[in-house]
Amino acid sequence: MRIPILKLHDCLLVSIQWELDDQTALQFQEDLLHKIHETSANGVVIDITSIDFIDSFIAKVLGDVISMSKLMGAKVVITGIQPAVAITLIELGIGLEDVLTALDLEKGLEKLQQELGD
Amino acid sequence: MGNQSCVKILNEWDIVAARQLGRNVAKELGFGTVDQARITTAISELARNIYLYAGQGQICIEKIYDGGKAGLKIIAADNGPGINDIRQVMEDGFSTSGGLGAGLPGVKRLMDEFDIDSSPGSGTDIIATKWLR
Ligand SMILES: Nc1ncnc2c1ncn2[C@@H]1O[C@H](COP(=O)(O)OP(=O)(O)OP(=O)(O)O)[C@@H](O)[C@H]1O
Ligand SMILES: [Mg+2]
Repeated sequence: MRIPILKLHDCLLVSIQWELDDQTALQFQEDLLHKIHETSANGVVIDITSIDFIDSFIAKVLGDVISMSKLMGAKVVITGIQPAVAITLIELGIGLEDVLTALDLEKGLEKLQQELGD
Repeated sequence: MGNQSCVKILNEWDIVAARQLGRNVAKELGFGTVDQARITTAISELARNIYLYAGQGQICIEKIYDGGKAGLKIIAADNGPGINDIRQVMEDGFSTSGGLGAGLPGVKRLMDEFDIDSSPGSGTDIIATKWLR
């Protein structure tokens, strides 16, 4: 199963709707980078409202795809981190410090617009 | 009796199966969403470690009762290479696979009790427990 990546103006929207297995996570990493390249998108919002846990592997894949996107010139905002996910991530020792986040998709898009400066 | 269920870890999909089993048992026992996430995450870390470092092994989930308390016990066992320096692998950031090195120290923080028994050549057994409050 592949995670759909939608284009909206010059941004990409991703909503992760089901529990990520390792293959899906790695496939997504690749797909997103290709899509950024194809569409010249300069911003990405990844909504993880439906995700109810993140382990160190998924955290690494997410963190890596954010760094990789940045290398290509696209900013990523993560939205919809549930309370339980925030708590377990911190307990795992993963702060995702440099990652842009917002409460929901709408606020995520706003944040991207601010970041991209228009 | 009937208090323990196990998943053999042979491939990546078994990691998903193990954490689903753990989440179901956690729900049955009445754990809240945050503890469910803690338990699911801990199982995912231990199952992935088995898959990555030992090749295969097994995760068992047990409902335990102690006096008036109920809890969930995760038993992760493999006959892989074992761990030479346990103190080192319990440090945040230590990884031999380019990972975050968050797994084992993370599981210790996520759960209430954590016990690791491992030595080179004799595999690794990890037991971690969460009590219902
Ligand atoms: N079951 C095991 N058998 C043998 N060695 C193990 C086992 N579990 C962990 N280790 C060793 O302990 C190290 C630390 O494990 P830990 O789970 O904390 O981090 P990691 O797996 O390297 O990275 P992360 O879990 O953050 O993705 C591993 O890199 C590995 O060398
Ligand atoms: Mg690990």
